[in-house]
Parts: sequence; structure tokens; C-alpha cells
Amino acid sequence: MSADTPGSGLWSDASLAAALFAVDPFGSGGIVVRAMPGPVRDTWMDCALALMPADAPVRKVPLQTGDGRLLGGLDLAATLQSGQPVAQKGVLAEADGGVVILPMAERITRGRAAMIAAALDTGQVVAERDGMTQRHDTHFGVIALDEGLEDEERTAGSLSDRLAFYVDLQLVGVNDTSIPEFDGEDVLAAQSRLGLIAVPDDAVQAVCAATLAMGIASGRAPVLALKAARASAALHGRDEVDRDDIAAAARLVLGHRATMMPSPEPPPEDDELQEDEPEDIEEPEPQSLEDIPLDDMVLEAALAAIPPDLLALLSKGGQRNRQTKGNSGAGDVSKTVQRGRPIGVRSGDPRAGARLNVLATVRAAAPWQRVRMHESATHGLQVRRDDFRITRFKQQAGTTTIFVVDASGSTALNRLAEAKGAVELLLAECYVRRDNVALIAFRNQSAEILLPPTRSLVRAKRSLAGLPGGGATPLASAIQSAAAVADSVKRAGDTPLIVVMTDGRANIALDGNADRTRAQDDAKTVSQALRQHGYSALVIDTSRQPHPQAQALAEDMGAIYCPLPYADAATVSGAVKSFAPGR
Amino acid sequence: MGIAFPFSAIVGQDEMKRALIIAAIDQSIGGVLVLGDRGTGKSTAVRALAALLPKMEVVAGCRYNCDPAADRSGCAADCDARPAKGEAKAKKADVSVVDLPLGATEDRVIGALDLERALTQGEKAFEPGLLARAHRGFLYIDEVNLLEDHLVDALLDVAASGENVVEREGLSVRHPARFVLVGSGNPEEGELRPQLLDRFGVSVEVTTPDDLKQRVEVVRRRDDFERDPQAFVGKWKRKDATLRRRILAARKALDGVDVPDSVVEKASEICMTLGTDGLRGELTLVRTARALASFEKKTSVTLDHLRTVAPSALRHRLRRDPLDDSGSTARIARVLESVFA
Repeated sequence: MSADTPGSGLWSDASLAAALFAVDPFGSGGIVVRAMPGPVRDTWMDCALALMPADAPVRKVPLQTGDGRLLGGLDLAATLQSGQPVAQKGVLAEADGGVVILPMAERITRGRAAMIAAALDTGQVVAERDGMTQRHDTHFGVIALDEGLEDEERTAGSLSDRLAFYVDLQLVGVNDTSIPEFDGEDVLAAQSRLGLIAVPDDAVQAVCAATLAMGIASGRAPVLALKAARASAALHGRDEVDRDDIAAAARLVLGHRATMMPSPEPPPEDDELQEDEPEDIEEPEPQSLEDIPLDDMVLEAALAAIPPDLLALLSKGGQRNRQTKGNSGAGDVSKTVQRGRPIGVRSGDPRAGARLNVLATVRAAAPWQRVRMHESATHGLQVRRDDFRITRFKQQAGTTTIFVVDASGSTALNRLAEAKGAVELLLAECYVRRDNVALIAFRNQSAEILLPPTRSLVRAKRSLAGLPGGGATPLASAIQSAAAVADSVKRAGDTPLIVVMTDGRANIALDGNADRTRAQDDAKTVSQALRQHGYSALVIDTSRQPHPQAQALAEDMGAIYCPLPYADAATVSGAVKSFAPGR
Repeated sequence: MGIAFPFSAIVGQDEMKRALIIAAIDQSIGGVLVLGDRGTGKSTAVRALAALLPKMEVVAGCRYNCDPAADRSGCAADCDARPAKGEAKAKKADVSVVDLPLGATEDRVIGALDLERALTQGEKAFEPGLLARAHRGFLYIDEVNLLEDHLVDALLDVAASGENVVEREGLSVRHPARFVLVGSGNPEEGELRPQLLDRFGVSVEVTTPDDLKQRVEVVRRRDDFERDPQAFVGKWKRKDATLRRRILAARKALDGVDVPDSVVEKASEICMTLGTDGLRGELTLVRTARALASFEKKTSVTLDHLRTVAPSALRHRLRRDPLDDSGSTARIARVLESVFA
């Protein structure tokens, strides 16, 4: 594998991954291909599919595919025609013995990923839908085309964990591509040998040690790596997995899964691993490649294959943010097709969870009745699949703005009036948008939830009017209450937005004692805890002169800092509006 | 489903295995929630348990797996028409472990109009859903945190009442549906509603072993299994059979296990210190300890049993404390430390 340019090295690894995948598509689960669409990815796909048997089914599952189509369900057209339920196989069942291609894999929802993962795990797709149960054995490999650009945009973890290989084509140029080393016949020959390949114990040991050192938690990783090593041995015509096979497996299967750099351990070689390890392998004693302990060799191979962006992050000592952005988790913007304001009717399939609009459907079917009567002998209204009309709904993303208002003495009383005014103004707008508002005030010993999330303008106004001012500043307690309210809002499926209006001068600790230092520390701690939840937050500094304490608070909270020394109601309301998510 | 990985061949993960066995011994504890990272063998263990469980007696011809020895008054649809208690024909059946796959529709979960009969004969008949099939068995939801909200709603009610009431499409059917809810999921993928959390009797957190030897063993066994499942299962058959007998014996002995007052008091103390809501925590804690004692062939529950099961029984019942990042497990460990000091 002589790599002339970085690109051609990546390409040869990518085409090796394609060959290994073709040897054992079901065992390996599949490949994540990270690349933008383009000639390189097309070439790679052509190569990969050419290695598969000619009669293997290849099924593409676009994002908009309904669950019914994916898993199987009722064949509505056939059912209506024949007058008895007719089942239809899903795409996953149809792909038995072949490949499922997932375009735009980074946008696949977690629910969808879990369905595919279940089919991969059990070798079976079970559909309990439309009043029937379908069970089909299916074995397929997945090619997930991941077009994510940012680090957070990636294929859902539950899916990528089950797919052995990761191929990054982003740095591969068109000129880097070359004719793959293996062809379909090599793959066939390898498949016949696959079951006979022995895996020496030290290979298992080395792979497990490498996963431990790189902080790979999943137990699937070493299993998949060994499968890849076995496929590689079969492909190269060996009877036993050797060092090259394990190195290849470590590169293709383990590298991208790293969550940390190995900590420098007692063995002195490990220190060198920390920096520029590629040279270190070759330079000192090139003849001794065989002498390097297998464990280290595997680890080095895997480390060398860590994608550059991840490497940069890890070597800074950073932890990979394992939480990928959710596409469908609870609390996200609701995109259901079943609730909200109806915004029209379109022709479509009522199976995907959409609601059938009977009137529109009948209307659509009506003109054809004469013709259809002639075609079939049955009486009554004849509805065909094409007639189905479903209602479209639009649901506004619900936002709950949680106002945390400092009513203490340090915030002068007139500022309190301004804050009240701003909240009222926002309230009126929230009412129009059907958003919720919650109000937390803090003064003296602790914070008080004056108004739990509500849409009631009247209640909000009343509780605001009765808000007294003066006293100490129990900031930590206030932030804690805000976190609790935000948490419950999140659970209810809304998006919380926290707006803190304060000067940041906490002087009451969490336990209610007046201790300025402790109070500041507590405020810092709760703010940092709040940050962990990742809620949108805004700190409006209400002191006459922008104060570093409020700014520090905003930073701890991960909030946007907004000094408004002369805030009047309209300005505050404008600031919140410009910041509020989703509009 | 093919061949399941043998339960006794699962390396480590003692807490998870213990919780599943306890749920199998005393079904009234109310289910197991398994949370953990990807690839830690959550699904493997649950599916393995299914293969491990002994057969049960059911009324022949009853679509709801009714127990021939029990009162079947709740089973309106099938058993009412049959002779009274004791006279029904019984047959042996596998304990059902019903998978509730993601993407299931509500009509299949709770049951609905029989489509075929509606279309061909134009008559209204009830087609039982997954809840009916799970009666007296296990209902397994993989990725439970991704379950759609309306399905969770349906489940919550049935899991609490043990009865499924279907009022839809002009049907009015009720049938018993008492099952052990087993859920697994990765907490990173989404949170569970507290109401659903509460339905689970015990919860366990699984992590991948940090120990190299254990890891190697996991990988080896998995590899052996995948290369020749039948031979591998054969190798573990005897151990699985022993475990099955132990579970059966523990079930029989369960009612005879004594729970001393000191244990109940300690359980209350633990729950009060932790500030768990309601009495369900204490009840579950004591029951779990009793099931464990029975499994260990003891005639009386000891404080050690209590201490062993406390994390599983209480972990998911704690109020979240925004100041405390240390997580429920650590908090319970701290409280246990002080209560047992």
C-alpha cells in the first residue's frame, strides 16, 4: 500500500474497505462513507457495488421513505382491489442478501436508525403495522452515505456503531482514485475461505487492548475488527489472520471510534505515540516491523487512522462530544403530520402516519366512478390508491420563555418596573404566537416560581403586579429553579428559553445564608450545571454599568450576554425576540 | 429470531443478569430497565433470558395465554365461553417474550379490528395485539426511549392496571395483559418520561468492562457463537438448564421467604434519606431483596440482600438534583454508605 499522496492512501484504504465489506457484508454490518456527493464518491460506489454479486439486491432508502415502506405493511392498492388484506414486504426485507444504501445518513432520525439496527442485530425485520404482523428473515449490509460537514452532523451512533467500516473520502481528489486491487472473483474466492480462517489469541488480545487504550466503549468494535481482519486474511489468500490483516482492521474499523488518546503508560514506547507517531514507526528501525509487539502495532495503526479533525480535538485533551445532535428526540421541534393547524391537502399515502382526508379522497375518486364500474363488477364507491388525500398539518414549535427576574435591592426598583414591562410586552407577543411564559422572581432568601409555564395573560399580569422588590440576591437558588422549570418544559416537548435579568451580584448562598463568596461560588456551580443541559439562555445585565459579574455568569451558563444599561421594556423585549430560537 | 446467545455465557454484567433473573422470579416487581452504552450486550441479555425461561401452562385455545389454574374472569373474549376453573384444557407453551418493534402502529400494539374479516365478511371482530400476546410473559422494548409518545401512553395504562381495554372502531373489548416490561436503551438518545420510568421495577446501568481479560473473553465468546451458534449453545446448555431450575425453585420458595422488620425499617430509612417519591420505591426494594434471597436459597432476607439490590431498585426513582452531577448511582452509594455505617 504505497501511498504517494495522502489522498491516494485514503483511496486505497477506502477501496480495501469496499472489498472487505463485499467479502462479509452481513457480518461486518456495513460502511459509513463520509463525503459530499461528487465524482469520487460515485466512483467509490461503483467499485463497491461491482464487488457484490450481480444478483444481489441493492435498495436505496431515501429519508422520506415511510416506516411502512421500510418495514413492510399493508399493500393498500392490492388490498382494495382484491377485497382482502395483502401484505407488502418492506425495503429491508427486499434487500435480503444485498445492500441497503442510506443517502444523507447524517439526517436519519434516531427512530429510523434504531429500526435498521434492530434488523441488523436480529437478521430479521418485524413489522407490526396496519393490523398485520410480518416477519421476514433478512441479511443485508448497509452503505451509509454521510454528507455531514460539521462534527456534530454524523450518522446516528446506534447505527454507525454496528457498521464496521468508516471511509472518509473528503480529502480524496479525483486524481487520487485508482483501479481497485481486488475484483469480484477475488471476493468470491475469499468468501469460500472465510469460515476457515483462524484467529490467533494474541490478535484478539491486541484488538481488545487497542479499544481499551483508545477509550472505545462499545463491545461491538473489537468483534467487528476481528471480522474485518478475517475478511482481509481471506482476501489475501491466507489461512490465518496475520499482522497486516489486523493492522488493516485497526485502521478501517477502530480509528474513527477513538474517544481519547492513549494515556502514556509505563512502557517507554508509548510516550512517542503522543506525537507524530507516523514517523516514529518507520524511522527508528525499519527492519524491525516484525519486532514491534503486536499490541503496539495495532494501536499505532488505529491511531494513525484517526480522522484529522478528531485527532486535533483529542490531542488537545478534549473529549469527543459523543452526543450527536438529535433529529427526533423528545423536546425537539415537533414535525408531526398529525397535529397542529391544517394547512392543506395533498395526495399521499395515509400509511406514513398521516391522516386521511375522506372528503377530499372521495372527491378525487368521484370522477372516475363510471370508468371503474365498467372495469370491475363490484358495486359501490371505488377508491383507488391514487385517490388518497391526506391532510397536512403545521405545528408551531412551542417555546416557553422562562423569565428569571432579580427583584432584590441591588437591582434598583425602577429596573424592576422595566423588567415587568418587558415581560408584559413579551407576554402579549407570546400570546399571539401561542408560546408559554414562566416567571421566577428572586429576592431575600430564595427564588419563587411566581408563574409556572402558562399562556394565560391575565394570570401572568396579576402575578407580575404583585411582585415586590428589595432585599438580598439569592441568584443560585433562582438559577436552580429556572433549571427545574426548563427541565419540565423540555419533558413536555417544548423548547425552553431562559432569560435572566440581573446584575449578577449574588449575596445569598444556596442554603439561605448571607455569604457573598459562597453565594458567588454557588451561582457559578449551578450555572455550569445548567450549561450541561444545553438550554438556550440569555443574561440581561440590568446594572447601570455593565458588570463583569453578570458577564461571568453568562459565560458559566453558556448564555448570551446582553448588557442593557438603559433597558426599557421595548428594548428588552426586542433583545429576547431577536434571540429567541426558531423565528 | 434464529438462535439466542446463551444467558450463562454472558461475561460479567452481573447487575443486569441479576435484575433480569429477579424479574423472572417475581413478576410482580414490574419489569427491568436496562440503560447503557451501545454494544454492551443489553439486547443480547434480554433475548437470552427468553430462551432460558421455563414453559408455562396456558388454557388451550385462549388467545390471551390465560392460566388454567387461575381465575379467568377478566378474559372476556376467549375464556368466558369455556368451562369454569380447573376444567379447561391446558397445554404447555413457551413463555412469550414479545418484541415491541419501533415503528409498530397503535392498532397492532393494543389490538384492533380484524382487517381480513372486516374486508371479506364485513363483520367486526377483535384481533388481539402485542399486549395480548405478552400476557404472563415479557414485553421487550428495545430503544425504549425512542418509542413514540402515543404508544407510551397506551403502555403506561396497561402496565399499571394489568388489563387492556380497547374502545375503538366500534369495538369494546377488555382482556388481561399482565406482563413484565423490559426496556433497554441508550440514555444519550433521549430521556424517558418519569411516569414510564416508574413502571419499571428495577433499572440497571451497564457499561463495557474496563478489564482487558474480560473484554477478550467477551469478544472470544461472541466470535465463537457467531461462527457456529449451535455448537456454542450446546456447550452452554447445561449451565443454562441449571440456572433455569434455580429460577423455578426460587419462584416456588418465594412466598416462604421471611422479611424481618429490621429489613423493612432499613428499606424505609434508605428511601427517606434518598427522598424517593411515594411508597413504590420501598415496596420494590423489599420485594427485590426477597426475590434475591429466594434465588440464593435463603429463608430470610438479610441486610446484605437489601444493600445489593438497592441501586437497581431505586436508581430511577430519584428526583433530579441540578446541583449534583454525580448521577443517581453515586448518590445511592453515598446514602447506602451512611445508612449502613
